[in-house]
Amino acid sequence: MQNLGLDVFFKGTNFLRLLDGLWVAVRISLISVAISIILGIAVGVLMTSKSRIIKVVSKIYLEIVRIMPQMVLLFIVYFGSTRVFRWNISAEISAIIVFSFWGVAEMGDLVRGALISIPKIQYESSEALGMAASQTYLYIILPQTVRRLIPLSINLITRMIKTTSLVMMIGIVEVLKVAQQIIEANRRVSPNATFGVFAVVFLLYFLICWPISRLASYLEKRWA
Amino acid sequence: MDWNVIISYLPRYKDALLLTLRIGWQGVLFALITGILCALVIYLKIPVLRQIIGIYIEVFRNTPLLVQLFFIYFALPKIGLQLSPEACGVLGLSLLGGAYMAETIRSGLENIAVIQSESAESLGMSKSQTFRYVIFPQALSSSVPGIMANVIFLLKETSVFSTISLMDLMFTAKDLIGMYAKTIECLTMLVVFYLIMILPVSILGNILERRLRFAEFGS
Repeated sequence: MQNLGLDVFFKGTNFLRLLDGLWVAVRISLISVAISIILGIAVGVLMTSKSRIIKVVSKIYLEIVRIMPQMVLLFIVYFGSTRVFRWNISAEISAIIVFSFWGVAEMGDLVRGALISIPKIQYESSEALGMAASQTYLYIILPQTVRRLIPLSINLITRMIKTTSLVMMIGIVEVLKVAQQIIEANRRVSPNATFGVFAVVFLLYFLICWPISRLASYLEKRWA
Repeated sequence: MDWNVIISYLPRYKDALLLTLRIGWQGVLFALITGILCALVIYLKIPVLRQIIGIYIEVFRNTPLLVQLFFIYFALPKIGLQLSPEACGVLGLSLLGGAYMAETIRSGLENIAVIQSESAESLGMSKSQTFRYVIFPQALSSSVPGIMANVIFLLKETSVFSTISLMDLMFTAKDLIGMYAKTIECLTMLVVFYLIMILPVSILGNILERRLRFAEFGS
């Protein structure tokens, strides 16, 4: 135990602190996923529109999200936007803004893909039955797309949880930051804590993400 | 926007870009090799090895690169495995990318219609011939979009290298902001340099995707 540096977890509340840090990461990703799903559906419906402007704008939006690393976006929002607009937002809000910006694009694209894959006859039939466009979406199209979307959005949750590891860079005390603090505090008494603590953090991330991604692939196979 | 500042920062950003590219292409190359080998092992159902690779893929797909890097860079030296920061970066990127590539290529292999191997068999091709000339080229072709998406993903992930003291784009931007507080200029340059790095890959991906779509028949 001493050699692997696992002893630090039994000192004080170290392990609980680590779990607290993990909760911060999970909380940020859950809030962002919720926002992404709600706005993403709206954006996805908008993306299926035939208007040229909307097509160009959504193409640019998707390309920005595809190309810019999330870390860059975090820096732009947390350091850049606060400087330009002279407002004051907390690191956690910045993280949620960035993750939602990213999630809305991904969800929007998924929703758009799912909507397009619905056969045209479904739209035509509901129109023939005299349903308004809003009714068609609400009662016919959305219920069919939701099934295809649920596994994909669950996948998005795991990717967000993984990406939350970056938020330590803008000063949020999440699991990695707590891990570093524990290591620093115990540097003298337990020099090998670096190994034990990072191994446990590795394991914690895996234990959270793995079941969720299993669930996603199970649902994907089952509802395909 | 102060243009003099931007011009004076250019050399540092250029060095950072070169470093990022150097680690990036090595990581992508090794990831591709690892991915193909792992996918082959799973496809050919080699016992024991297959289970080990299955665990490897699940572990590395379900943990963030940052945590993997911290483990490789800070934790492994404690059990006597010391690597230079750059080697850590390449290793981390290859291991993460290998898991993603393996998954992409594996699903490409599995999506080849059964009729393809049946036809090859009826033409008198041996198992290894079938695989070499029929299955594998088609699988690679149909996984090109996935592979290119992975390449972009890996290049984006290089942004976490600053945490293990590699002077990449992110590190340079953070460093310069810390020293001279020219936040807007630094962040703009950061965005531009990432565009310079990843936009060509994205465009190349679109071209490759169109060129290499020969695996259409029977699927």
